[in-house]
Amino acid sequence: MATSKVRHSEKEKPQQLEKSLTGIAGFDQITNGGVPKGRPTIVCGGPGCGKTMFAMEFLVRGATEFNEPGVLMTFEETGEEMTKNVASLGFDLKSLAARKKIMMDYVKIEPAEIEETGTYDLEGLFVRLQYAVDSIGAKRIVLDTLEAVFSGFKNTGLLRAEIRRLFRWLKDRGLTTVVTAERGDGPLTRYGLEEYVSDCVIFLDHRVTEQVSTRRMRIIKYRGTSHGADEFPFLIDDRGFSVLPSSSMRLNHKVSNERISSGVPDLDAMLEGKGFYKGTSILVSGTAGSGKSSLSASFVAQSCADGRKALYVAFEESPLQAARNMRSIGINLERYMKSGLLRFEAWRPTQSGLEMHLLRIHKLIEEFDPEVVVIDPVSNLMMGNMHEVNSMLMRLMDFLKTRQITALFTSLTQGIHKDIESTDVGISSLIDSWILVRDLELNGERNRCVYVLKSRGMAHSNQVREFVISKQGIQLLPVYIGAGVVLTGSARLNQEARERAERLARQQSIDGKTRSRERRRKAVEAQIAALRVELDDEESEASLLVTEELNKERRLAQDITDMSSLRGGKSNSAGRAAKLGKS
Amino acid sequence: MTLKASAKSKTKKTASKKPDAKNGDAGMVELRLYVAGQTPKSLAALANLKKICNDHLTGRYKLHVIDLVKTPQLAQGDQILAIPTLVRKLPVPIRKIIGDLSDLEKVLVGLNLRETGIVN
Repeated sequence: MATSKVRHSEKEKPQQLEKSLTGIAGFDQITNGGVPKGRPTIVCGGPGCGKTMFAMEFLVRGATEFNEPGVLMTFEETGEEMTKNVASLGFDLKSLAARKKIMMDYVKIEPAEIEETGTYDLEGLFVRLQYAVDSIGAKRIVLDTLEAVFSGFKNTGLLRAEIRRLFRWLKDRGLTTVVTAERGDGPLTRYGLEEYVSDCVIFLDHRVTEQVSTRRMRIIKYRGTSHGADEFPFLIDDRGFSVLPSSSMRLNHKVSNERISSGVPDLDAMLEGKGFYKGTSILVSGTAGSGKSSLSASFVAQSCADGRKALYVAFEESPLQAARNMRSIGINLERYMKSGLLRFEAWRPTQSGLEMHLLRIHKLIEEFDPEVVVIDPVSNLMMGNMHEVNSMLMRLMDFLKTRQITALFTSLTQGIHKDIESTDVGISSLIDSWILVRDLELNGERNRCVYVLKSRGMAHSNQVREFVISKQGIQLLPVYIGAGVVLTGSARLNQEARERAERLARQQSIDGKTRSRERRRKAVEAQIAALRVELDDEESEASLLVTEELNKERRLAQDITDMSSLRGGKSNSAGRAAKLGKS
Repeated sequence: MTLKASAKSKTKKTASKKPDAKNGDAGMVELRLYVAGQTPKSLAALANLKKICNDHLTGRYKLHVIDLVKTPQLAQGDQILAIPTLVRKLPVPIRKIIGDLSDLEKVLVGLNLRETGIVN
């Protein structure tokens, strides 16, 4: 059962006021659980502020989602009219009535055909309510607009007494009731109904500022419970009523260590090589035409390629236009749009007030449940009061973080001379990773530079990189830094060419030196070889001479021996010959 | 299931005069009195109505007394909000008089009978 609601406070007080969930998006959050159970609630406001829609959604959601059948008692519109009115919100009253989930009773008050004589009471109203409640076992009642009875009867004193009795009656039966009331001049409601209903009074307002209408809700009174006292913007669209809750007071988002690629490998490299943390807020700011949308598109394309659902909210380009433009830099968004991974929503920023934009984004996110959201550019939402803008954006970021959505916002920085690091957005402190794209004008050309201004929780690069968008996508090139100058574009190319030429020359001179050394070595080696040949020649000649000399000596000795033998001295000559042989 | 007043013992009144001097349906006045239980106001209204009918509409009216406590589903049809309510169903257009019918003149004006020539 959707009756009581978990409260934030740890120490639960006994006898806490019981509440009934309305099922209205956002309203149950700001009231910590809906309207008081079993008691009447007044919804008041001017014409066209959405009172009836609020009441109807309370009734229909009760019947469809919380199994609490409801009675609708209308005083101004017939059942058929009401059925048609709420059909635009997707509610099928006819079928609900057929299934005995809702019972409609149109109370027609025609002052012209009524004559009053003597005293009377409104027992007929009670009888009808009782009958309707009994026939479907109703738990909820809507009285729209009860004050109409004041136009039908003259005796207001009696009417007041009867209305007091009616509220008592509703309370006694424990019927959770929503009563709508027209706004009056002085007090909240024209007939001061709020003095009878002291439990919960909700005020709806529809105002126009600078031709843009905004709807706001305020809980004026909610007895016995804490509630947001602010004005909350709300929206009525084809899915009904939704209230945008303000930022949660606490910073208790879940954190993730998962990383998500930016789609640009070079940028990932600057972020520890892994990319952003999942569930963080990323701001890409820069001047016009500095490549913010291209970065976002590449981020989205990468996420889709990784199988993450992405929502791209564009305020400047239509889906087809964006797809065409991104195709020119090699990013195919159409493929993902067709496969349903990418939802590309584009609308004019001037179309409605800021709250409406944020509510629309809220609803889209609730419906599509993406992991990645891009808002391009968030600076287009900055209209009107800056204080309001900041609080709104804070709410949005809070919401995104709570849902663990990685969000990328782009922000257009106005003017070149302005200090671009002081964000006009005023949200920089909420941003986890901030990438700045800036133009650098030098030597008659304009080049893009990118750097990571901050990125919480990682050792990001402090380099300024040149940001080059080509047909192949985005590349971040290291810029030339030398002699205290940062060079980009053709200046960088120039410098690089010069360096290349110098390198070539150096290489050539090294090669030449190596070659001449080789030549010299070869020459010396040749000389050495020649000398060795000479030496060999001399050596062989010398040995030849020695042999000749020896032969000569031997022959001489032989001759002497021969001669001495001829002369007769035997022994002497023999000893001499032996001596010669030895040497 | 409207209850004929004559058949209704609760209100202990012989409400409808038998149509002895019947002028035909054209001259008939069809009345319904809605009450919710036997409250003093309801009883007063019924008594006052009887008197008016007897004095001015003898034999030319039909009266149904409807107790919404018993038949609450009938309240919607005639758009009853205040109790007691007297509804003139015929002649058309429908007229409603709320209250205990203590003011004779107002009732006659309210029922718009003089103009239609039913009562002089």
